[in-house]
Amino acid sequence: MPVKGRIARISGPLVVAEGMRGAQMYEMVYVGEAGLIGEITRLSGDRAFIQVYESTSGLRPGEPVEGTGAPLSVELGPGLLGTIFDGVQRPLPVIADEVARRDPKRRMFIERGVRVPPLDRKKKFHFKPVRRAGERVEGGDVLGTVQETSLIEHRVMVPPGVRGTLKWIAPEGDYTIEDTIATVERDGREIEVKMVQRWPVRIPRPFKDKKDPSLPLITGIRIIDTFFPMAKGGTGAVPGGFGTGKTVTLHSLAQWSEARVVVYIGCGERGNEMTEVLERFPKYKDPWTGKPLMDRTILIANTSNMPVAAREASIYVGVTLAEYYRDMGYDVLLVADSTSRWAEALREIAGRLEEMPAEEGYPSYLASRLAEFYERAGRVTALGSPEREGSVTIVGAVSPPGGDFSEPVTSHTTRFIRVFWALDTKLAYSRHYPAINWLISYSAYVETVTEWWHRNVDKKWREYRDEAMGILLRENELQEIVRLVGTESLDEKDKLVLETARLLKDGFLKQNAFDPIDAFSTPQKQFALLRMIMDFHRKGEELISQGATVAEIRKALGRLYVEMVKAKFDIPNDQLERIEDLRRRVLEALERVRPVRAEAL
Amino acid sequence: MSVGVREYTTISEIKGPLLVVRGVSRVAYDEIVEVELPSGERRRGRVLDVSKDVAVVQVFEGTTGISPIGTTVRFLGRSLEIPVSEDMLGRIFNGLGEPIDGGPPIVAEERRDVNGAPLNPSERAYPEDFIQTGISAIDGMNTLVRGQKLPIFSGSGLPHNKLAAQIARQATVRGEEEEFAVVFAAIGIKFDDFLFFKKFFEETGAMSRVAMFVNLADEPAMIRLVTPRAALTLAEYLAYERDMHVLVIITDMTNYAEALREISAAREEVPGRQGYPGYLYSDLASIYERAGRVKGRKGSITQMPILTMPNDDMTHPIPDLTGYITEGQIVLSRELHNKGIYPPINVLMSLSRLMKEGIGPGKTREDHAEVSNQLYASYSRGVELRSLAAVVGEESLSETDRKYLKFADLFERRFLSQGERENRSIEQTLDIAWEILSVLPEEELTNIKEETIRKYHPKYRGRSAA
Repeated sequence: MPVKGRIARISGPLVVAEGMRGAQMYEMVYVGEAGLIGEITRLSGDRAFIQVYESTSGLRPGEPVEGTGAPLSVELGPGLLGTIFDGVQRPLPVIADEVARRDPKRRMFIERGVRVPPLDRKKKFHFKPVRRAGERVEGGDVLGTVQETSLIEHRVMVPPGVRGTLKWIAPEGDYTIEDTIATVERDGREIEVKMVQRWPVRIPRPFKDKKDPSLPLITGIRIIDTFFPMAKGGTGAVPGGFGTGKTVTLHSLAQWSEARVVVYIGCGERGNEMTEVLERFPKYKDPWTGKPLMDRTILIANTSNMPVAAREASIYVGVTLAEYYRDMGYDVLLVADSTSRWAEALREIAGRLEEMPAEEGYPSYLASRLAEFYERAGRVTALGSPEREGSVTIVGAVSPPGGDFSEPVTSHTTRFIRVFWALDTKLAYSRHYPAINWLISYSAYVETVTEWWHRNVDKKWREYRDEAMGILLRENELQEIVRLVGTESLDEKDKLVLETARLLKDGFLKQNAFDPIDAFSTPQKQFALLRMIMDFHRKGEELISQGATVAEIRKALGRLYVEMVKAKFDIPNDQLERIEDLRRRVLEALERVRPVRAEAL
Repeated sequence: MSVGVREYTTISEIKGPLLVVRGVSRVAYDEIVEVELPSGERRRGRVLDVSKDVAVVQVFEGTTGISPIGTTVRFLGRSLEIPVSEDMLGRIFNGLGEPIDGGPPIVAEERRDVNGAPLNPSERAYPEDFIQTGISAIDGMNTLVRGQKLPIFSGSGLPHNKLAAQIARQATVRGEEEEFAVVFAAIGIKFDDFLFFKKFFEETGAMSRVAMFVNLADEPAMIRLVTPRAALTLAEYLAYERDMHVLVIITDMTNYAEALREISAAREEVPGRQGYPGYLYSDLASIYERAGRVKGRKGSITQMPILTMPNDDMTHPIPDLTGYITEGQIVLSRELHNKGIYPPINVLMSLSRLMKEGIGPGKTREDHAEVSNQLYASYSRGVELRSLAAVVGEESLSETDRKYLKFADLFERRFLSQGERENRSIEQTLDIAWEILSVLPEEELTNIKEETIRKYHPKYRGRSAA
């Protein structure tokens, strides 16, 4: 029996209600006559403290508050993919229709108190059973499948916790998500299973066991895949001041990653960025399958001007949806832009609750909340049969105030993630994108993915990668010296390091996310480019030890230098023999360098 | 639910701009309030916090002279609304949207809540129409598009007003005759700044398409929280109901944020960075996000907020949080200004996030993106080498490096620098870019494709002409 109380106080997104005895912590409630969605975040006597997910403007003390008896939950079922939801899983296009029905002039705005179901109740999906009546089933078992989009076969599963004998299963046919598609009997009780299920967002979905990530999540972004790789089921953070390209990097990840399903959470960010994804993704093709990108994408938008409390919820809504597809056996990438805005929402609510602030006003539980969130990533064996493996990879953007990485959100986040792609303001100012700083970024998965690269691309991958990394680090040291004495006083070997580092930066690390050829590099292309540049370096070192100068080497290269830099956007992924040809021509050109000094001696 | 107007005389506490009123009933959060002093003077306010019988009211005009005795507080049963109408163009209003130019009262076509409502991201249309401002540093490298929010980060004494005025005068969308309507919100600015804009609009004959909302430095600070919202409420009406393209100039957002800090301190809230409230980000976003285009409507709102960075510090919370919300920033540089360069735009620190959609064939020119990237790369290298040359001397640089130094100088004197009335077409801007890029060896132009170089590089163009 849900509780009914009355509003006692309103302060911004926080509402205090009286007469709420019997309500539960994190129960979802409807607030005021408009029926605004809220969630209980503290209980004290018969008073409930409620964070409200819509604007509280106009609410008055005395208005009713109604409990729902259940914690904030999401609907899971076919129809999630290709949709854009708000922070509490209301589909935005349906909100627009509902607002327009009330007043056509207001269609473009999000008005309050709009209650719409997350999933379409009328749409029929073609269900194919894979189990038969009489069989024993348990939570996680796949009962049947629905082709949800051109890319994803939706596996309808027995809800976790349900177990028994399959008494009846629907024959192949078209059903709505609310039609019963199976009944499970246990101890004389019958449970109806539908395609739609609910799950509380703050509770991680169960799985059989968790495993170490072992495969790379290929992203097509060279600096990531080659130098700071992500693993399927891994965790990563992208911190960066404004203008460093966080969002472009995250869009590229969502667009090119070798994930089967992508959940993109726009948390407190710009409205136009969500619009951009909405307009672009249906037109763009998934590089792995050639199908529209939107067919594998779920968007969750709580833009910066939408109610702040829903920002806190949006992260949990997103990760629960990701876990659901993981349980079907898919590799899911969850991108959260930006976790800082989520942390700020926590801070704002904590402030209104008059909780004791810790660092910079953030509540003391900031670190544990971040840890809980990133712990929901991982590669798992799902519950039930058939046996299947799925993963959730989490990448969170962090927006440190003033670009200062020592602030609480960035510093706590680094404790819970294993890949750190630090975006750098200086690189961004010179339009070196992606502005991932190779000196302070790291990935704990380099070892993990080496085997994959050696097996699938080339056995020399690690050798070349480490050598290139060495050049970049050495260049940084040399720059210190150059700053004092200029380039001319360096010895030839060091000058070559500068030359190669420049080639690596211009011809490999810099990548134009909007160039049709450059935006996505296959692992094979990445390796071919890397080998070409590093073989140039090796040959150059050899010549220098024989007495040649860098100036002579540059002269011998002539236009080939420019060709090397531009190979990334001149040579598409399917014409790698042209990179090989260029590499050969570079080496041939260098053969013609005649070290003079050696002869003179 | 309408509860009508209720009056109370039960003020129990006054602190800063806040009144605490006891014994109230059915007061709404965010409800608008009228405070009547014994002298008959009326002030306006709004409800910031309400419990069953206590309301905390923020008084826009301040609490000076208010006594708990004899003052009446009237709750008006609605949130803050302003009338909106096309006739508001050509008029001047105070910070609450009331006419102060001596003209007739506004006949409202509609009344609207100044707080507005968030735009539904699925109803937005992505901005992509190139606005030619006639300023090379903007058009060439930080292109503005219709529906964008692009602030100017400035410092005290820098020519941000001149620049904003030049943009307002020159901004056009090519191929369309129609001019922008301008909604101008002055927040706590000095009278002479206001006069500069007023004169400017009058002299250029633009006043008939300008609406000004003015809160001056000596006027009550609390009104500053309403002024940009009142201005944007009119802008939304003009854009989405009257199909106009609206350019909103807001100056100075720093004064706005300071007013917000004042009210937060009076409420004894837990402060975030530098005493600004933790919700400064969300609050600024509720202003900046009111820009854009929507599906099925012809109009658009382009926002150009101006803010002066305290101590020219871009990491100060106000520019910092603004940069996280807006779609780029135009940063003015004191160094360039001191060198006598106008407009003193630091292009390396500036950015337009929506540029890529607004440029290219059919919009500007096919070489635009590559040229812009090359200018960035080469100028940043030139600036780097310049500081190196200051230490080690120009002669210890290589010949190529010295060419970069020359390029950086030309970039500032030929490309950046232009007259206050000089309106360059995008073709002129790009041609100047090629002209200065041609001082660099061709193999240094690694951001430009071979075929583009052959088509546009002065060397090849000269040859084909001859």
